[in-house]
Amino acid sequence: MSDHAHASAHHIDVKEFHPRAQAAIHNPKIRQNFRKAMDGLMTKRKSAFEGWDLETLRDLGSNIRMRALANLPDLLEQLEAKLTENGIKVHWAVDADEACKIVRDICVARDAKSVIKGKSMVSEEMELNHYLQEHGIDALESDLGEYIVQLAEETPSHIIMPAIHKNTDEISQLLHDKTGTDLSHDVEYLTASARLQLREKFRNADVGVSGVNFAVAETGTLCLVENEGNGRMTTTVPPCHIAVTGIEKVVPNLEDVTGLLALLTRSATGQHITTYFNMISGPRKPDELDGPEEVHVVLVDNGRSSIFQDDELLDTLKCIRCGACMNHCPVYTRVGGHTYGTTYPGPIGKILMPHLIGLDEGRHLPSASSLCGACGEVCPVKIPIPDLLVRLRQESVDGDKLHPAKVRGHGAKRNSLEAMVWKGWSFMHAKPGLYRMGTGMAAKFHKLQPGNLGAWTKYRTAPKLAPKTLHQRMKERNT
Amino acid sequence: MADPIKVYPPKPSKVYFYGTCLIDLFYPDAGMAGIQLLEREGIEVIFPEDQTCCGQPAYTSGYHDQARAVARSQLNLFPEDWPIVVPSGSCGGMMRKHYPDLFKDTPDDVRAAEVAGRVWELTDFLLNVCHIKLKDLGKPATVAMHTSCSARREMGVATVGPALLGQLDNVELVEQVRAEECCGFGGTFAVRHPEISSAMVSEKVDTLVNTGAREFVTTDCGCLMNIDGYAEKNQQPMKGQHILSFLWQRTNDGNGEA
Repeated sequence: MSDHAHASAHHIDVKEFHPRAQAAIHNPKIRQNFRKAMDGLMTKRKSAFEGWDLETLRDLGSNIRMRALANLPDLLEQLEAKLTENGIKVHWAVDADEACKIVRDICVARDAKSVIKGKSMVSEEMELNHYLQEHGIDALESDLGEYIVQLAEETPSHIIMPAIHKNTDEISQLLHDKTGTDLSHDVEYLTASARLQLREKFRNADVGVSGVNFAVAETGTLCLVENEGNGRMTTTVPPCHIAVTGIEKVVPNLEDVTGLLALLTRSATGQHITTYFNMISGPRKPDELDGPEEVHVVLVDNGRSSIFQDDELLDTLKCIRCGACMNHCPVYTRVGGHTYGTTYPGPIGKILMPHLIGLDEGRHLPSASSLCGACGEVCPVKIPIPDLLVRLRQESVDGDKLHPAKVRGHGAKRNSLEAMVWKGWSFMHAKPGLYRMGTGMAAKFHKLQPGNLGAWTKYRTAPKLAPKTLHQRMKERNT
Repeated sequence: MADPIKVYPPKPSKVYFYGTCLIDLFYPDAGMAGIQLLEREGIEVIFPEDQTCCGQPAYTSGYHDQARAVARSQLNLFPEDWPIVVPSGSCGGMMRKHYPDLFKDTPDDVRAAEVAGRVWELTDFLLNVCHIKLKDLGKPATVAMHTSCSARREMGVATVGPALLGQLDNVELVEQVRAEECCGFGGTFAVRHPEISSAMVSEKVDTLVNTGAREFVTTDCGCLMNIDGYAEKNQQPMKGQHILSFLWQRTNDGNGEA
């Protein structure tokens, strides 16, 4: 992967949401690829939960996550102690930069030149590939979707299915151009070719980097959910394994994993279980034949502890990264993942990213929602995403004197004209006499109603003012 | 999200009618239809004259101080303990679900929660509190229905509209694909993100037209002006009205006002 590609991925301007959205909406290929993929995912999820008491299961998931978060600091200490006891080295990173440095230092200490990676959104958050490349270390993605995205010099457009924005034709062409694979519509063939290319890389990699789905505090176990076996290869073949994870992924007990796993796979891909479920409890023991000689865990904060400080925003950290919110989001389906310009796109991105990049940088994110509630309805851990979007909208305009905004970069979207409009609106609607006079006048002069209402009438006709308001009709009726 | 358990009150002798600002200005016929349907069920309808707006536009735009000022001016309108019925899932959802949040930690918190607990979406109220029985007097018709996202997810009334339409002998209800997907209105979303909103409403209109129906009904005037306005501007063969207007027209013998 070229340096240029890293640089271009690195410099996506979050603030350019509008032009990107417009371009995506007028790109038939993007529209078709996402619509088809999201329709499929929604159908699969629905059938995977058939016969389950989904609401009870969601309550369970939410409670497991909330219980873990309620004791987060203690659990993290317990996790560190247990991991250490198991022979796993624990590192703490306050932000993405520090996390990158830790990974590099481990590589340098081992004189490692090549890293093979399993899928990890935290490593995307860290822009780890870019960082390692800059420091002379090759990082290769081994998850098929991530591999495709890396070959295309792009970023993931979905947290579970990174290359979902591409159809088979595009992938075939890409593999042909970059790796010399024959052009083909046969997905089996394309997958097998990629597998063959990657197998060699696994053998030669100095370090394997993976993510973590659940970190169990009582046993010091790292759980990794995957379908391709690349996760197992990444964490067992190279002599050193580095797991990077957000600090919120910890759960107290092994039995907590059962409920969360049942929810995760069904919500994400509509699978009852994934092909692989890895439980990593330490480096290779003297009598074992395989496994890495060194295992590290990097516990990454990167804004999470500030979310932890707020009782309402805390819900954000319940997320188990299933992607169901984006699969069901009518906005995401229309604009695709790249439009957001953020590591995590879609509804979860809109409530999580402002904490990672600041609400000034991410000020367009919370408004890009019709608040339809589909995300909150399917969330397996019941994150009230629409409510959190409203909270962040309030924060982005400093709109509540009773509950002063807290998120970094708050108030960046406030402009005096808009604030004045809402003040005027409030003045009129909080004074019933004034309201009746205003609406009465509007009705009286309804024929003079302007036909052009800006953005509204660009795509629709204007709603027509009635000749008499309901207030007037009720008053006439009662006299 | 909808309350897991909804406890309906017994059928009261009186209700407060909260008309909503969109109905007041643009769709008063729908408001009148709702009032007359209630009256036909033997319920006296009180229309508090000082009602304006529930405050939702400012609330979802993040201007909570302004939303609270408007919402506070509405809290006094319902002094007796009669139910408050709202011909909109969206405004109903604002009052039922978000008033308690909006007034949390204020001197009005108890009153807001008390008002919120009495708020009912009107079609839900007609079906499940009044146990309305509709007698269809209209000609055979085919209609589609769009249930607003707030009616569906905040007020939990997705099955109510179809149940009411199902009582009409001469009406065939057809369902569009992806019926549960948002129409793209979203209040100020429609003008803050006009391209995304129009992409959503254009697909909604397509799926409605593809049912073969030429008219649709909906629980909410926001969706109505969005879907209807898009269809009209783009000359699509689809005309909408509020479900209350439709129900009243189909079941009224011609002596009513609306």
